[in-house]
Amino acid sequence: MAKTDIKLTVNGQEAAGSVEPRTLLIHFLREQLGLTGSHIGCETSHCGACTVDLNGKSVKSCTVFAVQADGGEVLTVEGLAQGGELHPLQAAFAEDHGLQCGFCTPGMLVRAHRLLQENPDPSDAEVRVGISGNLCRCTGYQNIVKAIRNAAQAMREKEAAQ
Amino acid sequence: MSETKTETAAEREAALGGIGCDKRRKEDARFIRGQGNYIDDIKLPNMVFGDFVRSPYAHARIKSIDAEKAKAVPGVIAVLTAADLKPLNLHWMPTLAGDTQAVLADEKVHFQNQEVAFVIAEDRYAAADGIQLVDVDYEELPVLIDPKKALEDGAPILREDVKDKDEVGQGPRRHPNHIFNWQSGDKDATDKAFAGAQVTVKEEIFYQRVHPAPIETCGCVASMDAVSGRLTLYGTFQAPHVVRTIVSLIAGLPESKIRVISPDVGGGFGNKVGAYPGYVCAIVGSIVLGRPVKWIESRIDNISTTAFARDYHMTGELAADKDGKITGLRANVLADHGAFNTHAQPMKWPAGFFNIVTGSYDVPTAHVTVDGVYTNKAPGGVSYRCSFRVTEAAYLIERMLDVLAQKIGVDKAEIRLRNFIKPEQFPYNSCLGWEYDSGDYPAALKQAMKAVGYEDLRKEQAEKRARGELMGIGIATFTEIVGAGPSRNCDILGIKMFESCEIRVHPTGSATARLGTKSTGQGHETTYAQIIATEIGIPSDLITVEEGDTDTAPYGLGTYGSRTTPVGAAAAARAGRKIREKAKKIAAHMLEVSENDLEWDVDRFTVKGVPDLSATMKDIAMAAYSNLPEGLEHGLEVVDYYDPPNMTYPFGAYICVVDVNRHTGEISVRSFYALDDCGTRINPMIIEGQVHGGLTEAFGIAMGQEIVYDDMGNVLGASFLDYFMPTAVETPHWETDHTVTPSPHHPLGAKGVGESPNVGGVPAFSNAVVDAFAHLGVTHMPMPHAAWRVWQTCHELGIDK
Ligand code: FES
Ligand code: FES
Repeated sequence: MAKTDIKLTVNGQEAAGSVEPRTLLIHFLREQLGLTGSHIGCETSHCGACTVDLNGKSVKSCTVFAVQADGGEVLTVEGLAQGGELHPLQAAFAEDHGLQCGFCTPGMLVRAHRLLQENPDPSDAEVRVGISGNLCRCTGYQNIVKAIRNAAQAMREKEAAQ
Repeated sequence: MSETKTETAAEREAALGGIGCDKRRKEDARFIRGQGNYIDDIKLPNMVFGDFVRSPYAHARIKSIDAEKAKAVPGVIAVLTAADLKPLNLHWMPTLAGDTQAVLADEKVHFQNQEVAFVIAEDRYAAADGIQLVDVDYEELPVLIDPKKALEDGAPILREDVKDKDEVGQGPRRHPNHIFNWQSGDKDATDKAFAGAQVTVKEEIFYQRVHPAPIETCGCVASMDAVSGRLTLYGTFQAPHVVRTIVSLIAGLPESKIRVISPDVGGGFGNKVGAYPGYVCAIVGSIVLGRPVKWIESRIDNISTTAFARDYHMTGELAADKDGKITGLRANVLADHGAFNTHAQPMKWPAGFFNIVTGSYDVPTAHVTVDGVYTNKAPGGVSYRCSFRVTEAAYLIERMLDVLAQKIGVDKAEIRLRNFIKPEQFPYNSCLGWEYDSGDYPAALKQAMKAVGYEDLRKEQAEKRARGELMGIGIATFTEIVGAGPSRNCDILGIKMFESCEIRVHPTGSATARLGTKSTGQGHETTYAQIIATEIGIPSDLITVEEGDTDTAPYGLGTYGSRTTPVGAAAAARAGRKIREKAKKIAAHMLEVSENDLEWDVDRFTVKGVPDLSATMKDIAMAAYSNLPEGLEHGLEVVDYYDPPNMTYPFGAYICVVDVNRHTGEISVRSFYALDDCGTRINPMIIEGQVHGGLTEAFGIAMGQEIVYDDMGNVLGASFLDYFMPTAVETPHWETDHTVTPSPHHPLGAKGVGESPNVGGVPAFSNAVVDAFAHLGVTHMPMPHAAWRVWQTCHELGIDK
């Protein structure tokens, strides 16, 4: 099948590749760029394991063609930590036992990251709605909600101190 | 000799990070960074991708397969069919239940989505293209979906390959669609108990077919090195060593030439115990092509073909006196095993541990019959956070207790208190042959009732009923049976169900431990390190735990049936104790005293009465390689194989409160309180996490999950669109609590907890829903309690308007 060249920014770095029109973004990220943090749990937009940030919005990268991301900006779990320091969400997930098998975690973290951009101080109920596109089979969500709220607080405190 | 003299014992203990503390998990460092290494992350040079052509029919004869067009697709390398596997005798494979299973459909397909051909291509896109172009000519055959019709005369015969056999691995059978008949208990005594009973109750209770659906599906990468003749098989395996043995048996390779690696696994819940056609096809593909072959299940393949759970059509009966004291129990089960008997469980137990069905109650006599049958559905049966049918058993007895309570008009907590095995009866021998190790059921239930304000809830319920509102209170006081299992009655392929641990203490005072179990999210790297830290006095941070590589780990039977803590943790503790024994000899030499003069003190041996004179484990580790008493070998390494003397019996008391909207049938879970007793608690944070996850799975099962087939055998709803997966929005808030009743026979007193919340959670939900209708004469409602179904009950009762 004919291939198209695409160029995009992934986690702040230039990335390029040659893809079929039908190549899914998740496969491009995982197989061509070697960014295997984002996972595949269904390929039908239901589980959210493949969630990444595309141009400032959460998307399920199993339902986005790689060509649609051409010229765009993508953030994956690999881009959350900055300068060797964990993102507050990553720290809170570990501290609050917000993960078990870890398979949903990258998608969950990237989704939570966007949620907190949109709403820096969400209630429990708002967090639950905000992550309802991301399934987790292990944790029962309770500790994920706790971690996201604790991270939100840490981020607000950090902001206030600056 | 010690550098940390000034620290108190308590400070040194805290520094160990051992048993009982909320140690944060070691594995999280990689997972939160997206650096886990799951099966689909594995990429080997020259690797190709294989995927299946699957049957659209549930029962059909294959007249021909034409793969020529598929082979012409750019990127497609090969197409395997049963005809290709036949010369290698790999078109069928033995199952762990003594039956055989088609690897690729041989002449017939027996269920929808069965594997028919394996297309191998340069990448997954080309494989998908190839699959579209494999032409299979089918002749449809009559479909058998209802297990109740399976044993009728004239029912379509499904398994022609075994139709003349008197047995298919689990005892005599009486019909070509019959797999086994299994009985437990005393039939005559039970009949007598029923004949003379003041009260009897009977209920048909169906536990629907469900699937654990971990977010990561099953998959593997097979890589045959033609030069060395070594096969490396990476895969989502809960039991890597068992896979190695199976592969050796079916592929005829020596086990020394097979390396099975289970990398990070994205949840298992029993879905990843068995051996699947995908593994065999990937192996054959790699042998034939000399290239690594990857196979990754799609979501629909996962839910519709690999390791489903339950599908038990149960009839429960209780005999009791007028006060509700049970005098007898009967259970008859029709078990729908699908097209092949592939359930992975201890081989002598065709119905698993279903005879734990007397639950937490002192039942004097009981009789249980289970018949397994073939239908045109996917094979499997024992997955989903369940220790081999205990989930079905607990559901039956917990529902039946409520049925009995309603019949005689006794409160549902009271009926349990009247029938509990009393604390002083332990160890308790159940009438169906189990020896319960320890428990205090009344204390657990009373603590739960107090925590939720049970009396007040019942008062509120009465007020609501008076106003025509529906509120239900569900209680489950379940007993689990986990830790398979003792060698006298538990084996897989003849291999006893022990567990193993190897510990190596290194010269500078750190250690590596390797085990035969395999974490699929339970945090073994953390909890095993905690156990070993407490046993050998080396901080858990300095103990590296490895699992899942058969080249390095000692043989183990794997993780499922909540067996890691009861069996694996026992091996870890005992291995630690063996290390300490040798360390003591070395310490005596170092301190120039006799062994009898030494006592263990957190992380060191101290001379009795001379606390300043001690040798720390760190110093002893170096001495083991440098300064040994005569007659002792160098090094500080041991292996322990633990054969459990008995199962363990965790238990719990759960109370669920629901409000039901009688106009829509919608149920809202107002509260859920879960008290678990899993004996000694190794890491309370992880235990709570397990309980949260298990309750959420129970919620899914009770409220929405069901794999339904239509009359043609089409599986309706094997995607996440149709199959209910609770999101954070529906999932209730969980309140957890505990009591601690250690197991007397486990080296740490621990019992295991992973499955308890599923075993106890489902009946608690179901009992709550039915309880909301109890005053209207309803004794049972079929699961799952989806709104449309509950509404039907409301409608039939005329209360929906
Ligand atoms: S893989 Fe994209 S939503 Fe499931
Ligand atoms: S941690 Fe396993 S799916 Fe979320």
